[in-house]
Amino acid sequence: MAECHPVGFQWVMEAKARGATVIHVDPRFTRTSALADLHVPLRAGTDIAFLGGIINYVLANEKDFREYIVAYTNAGTILTDEYRDTEDLDGVFSGLDTEERTYDFHTWQYEGMEVQAASGQRDQEYEDHPGTKKGRASSKSVRQSGRGEAHGSGGAAIAGEPEVDPTLQHPRCVYQVLKRHYARYTPEMVEQICGVPQDTFRQVCELLTDNSGRDRTSAFVYSVGWTQHTVGVQYIRTAAVLQQLLGNIGRPGGGIMALRGHASIQGSTDIPTLFNLLPGYIPMPHAHAHMDLDSFIEGESPRKGYWAEMRAYTVSLLKAWWGPAATPENDFCFDYLPRLTGSHSTYETVMAQLAGNCKGYFVLGENPAVGSANAKMQRMGMANLEWLVVRDFSLIESATWWKDGPEIETGELRTEDIGTEVFFLPAAAHTEKDGSFTNTQRMLQWHHQAVEPAGDARSDLWFAFHLGRRIREKLAGSTDEMDRPLLDLTWDYPTTPLQSHPGDVEPEAEAVLAEINGWDAEGGPLSSYEQLNDDGSTACGCWIYCGVYSDGVNQASRRTPATEQNWVANQWGWAWPANRRVLYNRASADPDGKPWSARKALVWWDEEKALWQGHDIPDFTASKSPHYRPPTDASGAEALAGVDPFVMQADGKSWLFVPAGLTDGPLPTHYEPQESPVPNLLYSQQRNPVRQILSMVHPDDRFQPSGSEPGAEVFPYMMSTYRIAEHHTAGGMSRYQPYLAELAPEMFCEVSPELARERGLEHAGWATIVTARNCIEARVLVTERMTPMTINGRVLHHVGLPYHWGQGGLARGDSANDLAHLSLDPNSHIQEVKVGQCDIRPGRRPRGPARVELVKEYQRRAGITEHTGTEI
Amino acid sequence: MGVKTWIEEWPVYRQLTGNDPLGRAAAVKSRRSATLAPRSATADKVVKSICPFCAVGCGQNVFVKDEKVVQVEGDPDSPVSRGRLCPRGSSTLQLVTGSAREYKVRYRRPHGTEWEELDLDTAMDMIADRVVATRREGWQWKSDDARVRRTMGLASLGGATLDNEENYLLKKLFTALGAIQIENQARI
Repeated sequence: MAECHPVGFQWVMEAKARGATVIHVDPRFTRTSALADLHVPLRAGTDIAFLGGIINYVLANEKDFREYIVAYTNAGTILTDEYRDTEDLDGVFSGLDTEERTYDFHTWQYEGMEVQAASGQRDQEYEDHPGTKKGRASSKSVRQSGRGEAHGSGGAAIAGEPEVDPTLQHPRCVYQVLKRHYARYTPEMVEQICGVPQDTFRQVCELLTDNSGRDRTSAFVYSVGWTQHTVGVQYIRTAAVLQQLLGNIGRPGGGIMALRGHASIQGSTDIPTLFNLLPGYIPMPHAHAHMDLDSFIEGESPRKGYWAEMRAYTVSLLKAWWGPAATPENDFCFDYLPRLTGSHSTYETVMAQLAGNCKGYFVLGENPAVGSANAKMQRMGMANLEWLVVRDFSLIESATWWKDGPEIETGELRTEDIGTEVFFLPAAAHTEKDGSFTNTQRMLQWHHQAVEPAGDARSDLWFAFHLGRRIREKLAGSTDEMDRPLLDLTWDYPTTPLQSHPGDVEPEAEAVLAEINGWDAEGGPLSSYEQLNDDGSTACGCWIYCGVYSDGVNQASRRTPATEQNWVANQWGWAWPANRRVLYNRASADPDGKPWSARKALVWWDEEKALWQGHDIPDFTASKSPHYRPPTDASGAEALAGVDPFVMQADGKSWLFVPAGLTDGPLPTHYEPQESPVPNLLYSQQRNPVRQILSMVHPDDRFQPSGSEPGAEVFPYMMSTYRIAEHHTAGGMSRYQPYLAELAPEMFCEVSPELARERGLEHAGWATIVTARNCIEARVLVTERMTPMTINGRVLHHVGLPYHWGQGGLARGDSANDLAHLSLDPNSHIQEVKVGQCDIRPGRRPRGPARVELVKEYQRRAGITEHTGTEI
Repeated sequence: MGVKTWIEEWPVYRQLTGNDPLGRAAAVKSRRSATLAPRSATADKVVKSICPFCAVGCGQNVFVKDEKVVQVEGDPDSPVSRGRLCPRGSSTLQLVTGSAREYKVRYRRPHGTEWEELDLDTAMDMIADRVVATRREGWQWKSDDARVRRTMGLASLGGATLDNEENYLLKKLFTALGAIQIENQARI
């Protein structure tokens, strides 16, 4: 955090100064470790074993916050007797289809009812709904399509009420299932798997549990060190289970904070340039025969909680996009939405480029030739396009690979043979345009234009608007049905003349924000998503952002100084939903609506005023009493009781056990990474059985043998990629800047003195790092920050690889992502680059074709075939 | 100038003998530096902004003089950052005004070995033509008997560095085009 989010880290230091204990769990010693009270190095790829060990400690010693979990989680909910745990089936859950490599989730359900996820893999249940028209889309393709990024999460009862045992004694209640699931995650096992000494582990357990309860809360902070795994979603789930057990969700000082790496990466998830989502986490529809709006809503939305209003959110979105053309008679143009058939993630797109099906590609402020896993595949994909448009500040590697990419040097590509037509368009900077970023805590902040962009530089708002305008002009008058969505699109945004470019106009960003916010039938700005209707009388571009333009005021540009408001500071910017700063903060009060303790008060029920009050805005219906109980026929928000803080959820409860919505199991389970030097000590199942690999088998993406398999010794070291403070992700905004380039001028690797001795590596000399995909060179940094670990009786070394560099810019070097493979998390389709296996040897890598030959030689030595590492 | 005055004007002497042992203030002042004013003080206006690097969302004050950005500093009012910026955020002035910025459209024709210049208007027209053609070429009405109404011909990657309003227009346009392979760094 001190490296990648230094200014955010000031608050950790502030907390430390006020007595907080800071624990840093990371394979490497970093600038964060230097300031932490306790640094716990663990073997990369073993966090579920580590966190699972803490869960076991909590449950075995009854350290859970019992009142909290009984009232607010599904701890007491009873599961069907068909459920089989990984303890019963040696590392897999019931429902595994080994042919299709998917799980059928039906045995993970609650007794007496079926539950639907309101994010994640929502459409899993489409075919089960009584009201949906049955199609023939395979359940496999639905499960692979990756519905939702699971922000907010939730689900709902299709029918019935769950059976609950508030004493938590029923052998099939979630609490008891959880206890059995983690019983073997003992301190001894944690030491064996993670390389964390038992004493250190116990210290972490004690510090965490002593600091959780009525009076105290603990927070978890993570970043891509948790997401970039074949079990990445389950990493975060493990933290969620633990934080629920300790009562650390929805309370001040609690939570699980995702620290995201780009200025508006949260915004680009909320208003998603992502294949599987529409704005506000409405799923992109999956192809089902004869699906209309009603069956889409029926198939995807729950009965209870705020997702029950999905029809209002969807219809309002369709009205924002297609305006008067969207009518009740034509299903509000629902048919205009293109349909998914399986996963269409960026990695499938690369495969489609290599196959020649995807021919045109826009790259907008991103540098996949350096920043994506197996970056060679990205470059080879781009070399097979008909046309490519790159918009950036500088001539980044994704724009220049055709003349100076690594494959030109090795002879795998020849510039003259590459048919890709490349357009490079210079982009405007944030100082040259109006607009909002959504930061990592869901807060929108407006940046104002300071000057106009010079030369050909233009905003992406300008680019999108004028590209759309030109396409619509070219197709004007078309009677082809395929052009209707374009011609009916609302695209008449107000514009401002660009003073320095006569005749050219910039669309007004605030007008776009107003459309995102939405308006009523009279065109007045809406102030809350609760005003959205499902009859077409409201329009709203992103329901969770509704209110950001309430009263016609740009709430994202509010800047009341921190010193002139309370510590929640909710008059600075605007956070979704409804400017609430702590999600699910109803849980900061006990079931009766009183704060769990005075010290940890955030919101509370005011009996006199009959309203929820607080420092923060309550994330709950303001007038709903804690004693409210819904009538049995209630639906939507009305069906939530006064003790249901998790308002997006099917049952209003937080889920320790996830009955639907995840592709790879209801409970997090330790699996070894795709490539690991050790066998799974907990189960005979080595890897996540449903990790996504099969669609990815390609000669440039070979996997390595793991554990005790023959050939694994050819790649004896673990590797992990990461970032440093001086550079920004794939380098497009830092390696081209003289100041930052000077601070960290070239690619390096970090190794321990022990590994340096073992392999003859010299400090400041060169090393070559090899995997089955590629080999790269790096300067050697010999440092005690890297700790050798004893795992399963064997000393293991990590090689640390910052991934910022490429062949372009002022600070140059090989790209660590060239080493990575495409084995993905099956929920999020995120690649496993935080852990892998490699070899390291002294000296620079070979030049020319010899580079490719070296990789082939390693493949031969390790006996690698197209089947290696693809076992279930 | 006497020898004593000459020695006393020497910054190292002042640093060693005065009350500025770190040489960060009075010791290093000169007659010239005394007449200088910070760019932030002589700017025509201050524009409120947000750091464009990571997602912490630090506040920035952008100082403008003669219609040019002359300095970017942390915004002390921000409850997020209290005026601080990290090494990356502190380099924002260079990011937005530095030598790395490209201001001309570049074009590489198929099989070409060098960049060529291209007029922005022409480039936009050519891109629009290609989108229309590629979209049609990759069009699908059905997949396995289910209606899909989409094109598999074109894709987009990027958005995490863009504004919400930009992502909104991009998603709206690409969806109306029937393009579904729309992704950004959030997947990565």
